[in-house]
Amino acid sequence: MGMHQAVIIRPKKRLTIDWKELKEYRELFFYFAWRDVKVRYKQTAIGAAWAILQPFIQMVVFTLFFNKVAGIQSGAKEVPYAIFSFLGLLFWNYFSQALQRSASSLVDNQAVVTKVYFPRIIPPISSTVVSLIDFGFATLVFAGLMIYFKFPPTSLGLLLLLPAIFITFLAASGAGLFLSALNVKYRDVKQVLPFLIQTGLFLTPVIYPVASIPESFQWLLYLNPMTGVINVMRASFLGDSVINWSLTSLSAGIAVMMFVLGLYYFKGREKEFADII
Amino acid sequence: MKKTESNAIIEIKGLSKAYTIGHQSQAIGTATFRDSLISGLKKPLEFFTGEKLEKEKFWALKDVSLEIQRGDTIGLIGRNGSGKSTLLKILSRIVEPTAGEASLHGRTASLLEVGTGFHPELSGRENIFFNGAILGMSRKEISEKFDDIVEFSGVEKFLDTPVKFYSSGMYVRLAFAIAAHLDPEILIVDEVLAVGDAEFQRKSLGKMRDVTQDSSRTVIFVSHSMESIQSICNKCAWLQDGKILKFGDTKDVVEAYMEHQSGVGSEPIAKRTNRRGTGEVKVTDITIKNQIIKNRKIILDVEVQNKTKTTYSDAKLAIDLYDVSGNHISSILNYLNGTAIEYKPGKNTISIEVDHVNLVPGSYTLNVFLGSDMYNTTIFDWVEGATVFLVAPYDVYGVGVPPNTSGRFMYLDYHIKQ
Repeated sequence: MGMHQAVIIRPKKRLTIDWKELKEYRELFFYFAWRDVKVRYKQTAIGAAWAILQPFIQMVVFTLFFNKVAGIQSGAKEVPYAIFSFLGLLFWNYFSQALQRSASSLVDNQAVVTKVYFPRIIPPISSTVVSLIDFGFATLVFAGLMIYFKFPPTSLGLLLLLPAIFITFLAASGAGLFLSALNVKYRDVKQVLPFLIQTGLFLTPVIYPVASIPESFQWLLYLNPMTGVINVMRASFLGDSVINWSLTSLSAGIAVMMFVLGLYYFKGREKEFADII
Repeated sequence: MKKTESNAIIEIKGLSKAYTIGHQSQAIGTATFRDSLISGLKKPLEFFTGEKLEKEKFWALKDVSLEIQRGDTIGLIGRNGSGKSTLLKILSRIVEPTAGEASLHGRTASLLEVGTGFHPELSGRENIFFNGAILGMSRKEISEKFDDIVEFSGVEKFLDTPVKFYSSGMYVRLAFAIAAHLDPEILIVDEVLAVGDAEFQRKSLGKMRDVTQDSSRTVIFVSHSMESIQSICNKCAWLQDGKILKFGDTKDVVEAYMEHQSGVGSEPIAKRTNRRGTGEVKVTDITIKNQIIKNRKIILDVEVQNKTKTTYSDAKLAIDLYDVSGNHISSILNYLNGTAIEYKPGKNTISIEVDHVNLVPGSYTLNVFLGSDMYNTTIFDWVEGATVFLVAPYDVYGVGVPPNTSGRFMYLDYHIKQ
């Protein structure tokens, strides 16, 4: 990793991010991601196909039960519930999977954390990046659904796709940083997280449209960054609603805030990770 | 600012590390919200009762200062819990010091275990890359050294097999092979040579010696093996209770340390309760005339108290020797060399002289056994870990330096003729 200046080891006082160091360790970041991907599909019979099958089956089940049985409708008549719910799931799954992996990343890498130095931020962030791969596979299914249901891609949708992914990444990373640091000390996180994610699915308009909530309460829903992301994507790709820009900005702002706070908490705690993990 | 003397590649000034006892228990990783809530409730209570938080503090390292010159190979010795590992972890930047500072003027790699980050599902090839990366090698560096690593490890055939199918020997060899190909200016090594089979240990030690003889490299090395320390390190620091007790030439420090170690007796044998047997006849003392054996001769005096009024003739005395790894090295047994002994009422002293202790340097534990006869009809007394003696590295063959005996158990008295 090149020639070093002298490394001074002393109790850290300020919360600083050492960008130079992060640059030096970028290869290791790549290796963490690479290892996670490799390990994930070892000893699975159909490997990466799971990334396609899982959301597809989820969509079928959701359509059957929420739409056909419970009678929940998509945002607009001409939008089939299947593609409507799949688009919601696409982003929600990325968020929840990234969060789950990120939250357990430090504890999962316990052996390494206690034996080698590297910027501690690498495992949680590499986890959210790795989850993009599954997101990519699921996007292929979405493309297939767009063809099947005859929804040509819109330029607005394509334009907003990357920002939507980025906002999801920020929200998942922020929460992931926070929970991974908390998990080092309190293994309760592992117990609580599945419950939180399950609850989150219903607090996010994944299986129902935002419009099904009385308008005066909708802002509450937008406090959840995933609401902004999912609604913008649906509005721009499926045209089932209009984009409420001010509430969407609120969602995006909260995602940014989550990232900053998560990072802040993480940086404050990281020096004790090896001592207490 | 004094800048003149600084050929020092590592400067450590007043380095300290404190753990609170609470943290220590949390180190096991079982802390829950509940613990935290309870301690949160206790804190204001402590504030009011004036109970000091101080007493919960444990200094794993206290005010350690050290200057290490470029090219030095420093051995860190000391008992478990003396602060060696804490010092290594701070220098490796894994844990942060509570006070003080250390500056490292060079590319540093630390090797606190072999195979850090090895994933059982990944193949040998894949693990070489990940492990190399985590030890600080660039991808280019790993690719360049890949063939050497594979050759050193001797696992070519299984390169694409997941390491979970490796034998523990193969696993360790591969892991060490990667580590051995690190090329830092400062290398920090913890007891990693204590793994693997004897042959591989020798190979590793050889490799370590190559590494340390490279004069541009600085090595900090922790080991419990005084022999490895002696054969590798030119300087040594002896830590105890988080402080440096002695720093200087390896020979002096190791000798002082071993002398100290042998004096650290646990409870007197007479008072030990952790023993088996009827207790009619008991070992009350064992004295070793020369606790640190340098001249290959050892004299043991065993004091035996017979509480009964009977004389037990044709009795049994057995002393079993174990090395630090628990290998049963040898026995001293009166039946074996045909010596008859008896336990008379009252005090008996049995003196044993060993002319040539052919053991390699290290610490040896003695178990003592007293029986009524060679068939152990009655076991009088049986004390495990009765005492310890140390064999210091010494120039057995009179060639000027102690021989390298890594992985071996004993010396042979031999002559070679041509």
